[in-house]
Amino acid sequence: MSDKKKELKPNTYKFDTLSLHAGYQPHKNAGARQVPIYQTTSYLFDDVDHAAALFNLERGGHIYSRISNPTVGVLEERVASLEGGTAALATSSGMSAIFLTIMTLCEAGDHLVVSSQLYGGTVNLFRLTLPKFGITCTFVKPRDTEGFKKAIKKNTKGIYGELVGNPGNELMNMPEIANIAHEAGIPLIVDSTYQTPYLCKPFEHGADIVIHSLTKWMAGHGSSMAGILVEGGNFDWMQNDKFPTMTKPYEGYHGLSFAEEFGPTAFTMKARAEGMRDFGPCLSPQNAWNVLQGLETLSVRMKKHCENAEEMVKYLSKHESVAWVSHPSAPNHPDSALADKLLPNGKGSMIAFGIKGGKDAGVAFINNVKLASHLANVGDTRTLVIHPASGTHSQMDEATLKFAGLSHDMIRLSVGMEDIDDIKNDFEIGFRAARKPRLVSNQ
Amino acid sequence: MKFKVNGDDVFASTGGRPFDKKKPLIIFVHGSGLTHMTWVLQTRYFAFHGYNSLAIDLPGHGLSGGKSLKSIEEMADWVSAVIDALGHKRASLVGHSQGCLVTVECTSRYPDKIKTLSLMGGAGAIPMNPELLSLAENNDPKAVDLMMDWAHGPAGHFGGHPVPGLYHINTGTMLAKSRTIQNTLGVDFRACDNYKNGFEAAKKIKCPTLSILATDDKMCPVKEGKKLASLIDGSQVDIIDNCGHMMLLEEADRVLTVLKKFITTNYPPLSS
Repeated sequence: MSDKKKELKPNTYKFDTLSLHAGYQPHKNAGARQVPIYQTTSYLFDDVDHAAALFNLERGGHIYSRISNPTVGVLEERVASLEGGTAALATSSGMSAIFLTIMTLCEAGDHLVVSSQLYGGTVNLFRLTLPKFGITCTFVKPRDTEGFKKAIKKNTKGIYGELVGNPGNELMNMPEIANIAHEAGIPLIVDSTYQTPYLCKPFEHGADIVIHSLTKWMAGHGSSMAGILVEGGNFDWMQNDKFPTMTKPYEGYHGLSFAEEFGPTAFTMKARAEGMRDFGPCLSPQNAWNVLQGLETLSVRMKKHCENAEEMVKYLSKHESVAWVSHPSAPNHPDSALADKLLPNGKGSMIAFGIKGGKDAGVAFINNVKLASHLANVGDTRTLVIHPASGTHSQMDEATLKFAGLSHDMIRLSVGMEDIDDIKNDFEIGFRAARKPRLVSNQ
Repeated sequence: MKFKVNGDDVFASTGGRPFDKKKPLIIFVHGSGLTHMTWVLQTRYFAFHGYNSLAIDLPGHGLSGGKSLKSIEEMADWVSAVIDALGHKRASLVGHSQGCLVTVECTSRYPDKIKTLSLMGGAGAIPMNPELLSLAENNDPKAVDLMMDWAHGPAGHFGGHPVPGLYHINTGTMLAKSRTIQNTLGVDFRACDNYKNGFEAAKKIKCPTLSILATDDKMCPVKEGKKLASLIDGSQVDIIDNCGHMMLLEEADRVLTVLKKFITTNYPPLSS
């Protein structure tokens, strides 16, 4: 027998267990082992007193599925647990999660500092749509850490970015930018869609709110639209007077102060109570269930995605038809040291590469691959390709494309889980077609 | 709301309603290292049903000023001073965990002031695991992680929060880490460990008393809670199945339902 005293260790559930179980208790759901799909609009009240208590946030529960739904609630709690957050709110898409976050944070007259390298739809939201609500933005290149600091104004209410920018794969220095945000008394909001909590937990690196398009790797099968915002619970809304809608009495709930009442979950409570009530981008229970199926295998899938992606980086880097490759796993990637620190479990499965021959070659490549799917999505189990300048980012003008780090020869590749040899063989077909126009013109 | 006690700022959540001196007063006292926010699923109901429902932050905790008090006896006197500072002569007390030690001691010291006493996850004594105590006193965040692990029952570890979207283990962790651990949890754990008067204090209590206990409570097991309750004349006991020490979050609805019946019966609201 050993005399050594056993060290006390917390036995809270770990990532793989949480991805299967968090947020759900079968004994409260007729013993159903799988999460039931609560396909209902509304929920019976016990009596008038119970109804009033639910409407007034005096007790937890469900009223109407625009505000909350038991199936969606399991998903919300599960993602919050996986991210290490206090609370989460699921929405009908990633874009509605972003919109709801900004509308919960900001009022007309407010300003945001935003990374310039974002999904094209997000750029348009910040550049064109939010100004219609009186919310303006300053774009800063993701590697320009000091630029984020310089762009902060008196009315700035947050910094927003994607950890690994879409589609150029430039990393923002999340820990340093979080410090900049916190010194200014504002939160850092990170879209972590590319990473999923398996690859990176932004709260551990200073982020305050995390957003996902669950449509991508979290659901993972290209079947369902969904989004979510997750709260870290660490941001002190009462430290200054920048966030009156969080700290002052809110007329919509009898003078409630969200920050005083709900502290580490105040942002999510406000986003649900106000944002879902007024904007209503609710997630359907069927789609929530589909995402839950994906989450059950998240770590298994992410390992395979990353493994295939690293193989493709090696393959593309040596290929005669490829001008350049950008992926955080590549040793020559300018942010590889930062990626090693922030993405220890894998660098993700998004690759950007330049095809020799420019736009025409890119079009020929896209039109000739057979296994890889040409479509406007990422994070499917299947391999996906697109030419951003003519697809996802086609609504940008030339100057904006350049500022966002896009070039006309760029192909965006979302590496799937197929056999790696089959993906490479398919790419050979595409590259042969891409070389053909040049061969013809050279003759 | 904020007010002063012994020269320091005290923060109390009023459940979203303004303080009204005409209404009967309920004071909710949180557990070790935690804050008023642990009570959010109980306080708002009472605030909207004819009570001044105040979840206080103990000195040095949450949004209150001052330094953490070093003994349960000091905390008991401080709760009495809170009642005085609010201009009330009487109050109902509700405590969780360490808050039970505080409210039991307060009720025994100031029997004329306390109308009812409600204890959640209470015991006559809460001796601390020496290693856990040492971690907390040395500002080690592992102390919070261990507390959150032990404080939630097996079902609570899965989640399934009554408020959609909240993951309560992480929420509790954030509350316990919101101030410097050694100055809140460390001081509180030492105060609990030192306190030996719980059973004697319980014998002096004459007001209506309710104990809510949970079958999976590892921190204050049912048998300890029953032992305390057995020393209080006429004490009611309610036991929740499949629930751990954080019953006010894990089974918030059940706790509110039992608490509502007990308090409104023994200390009616203004409207009735």
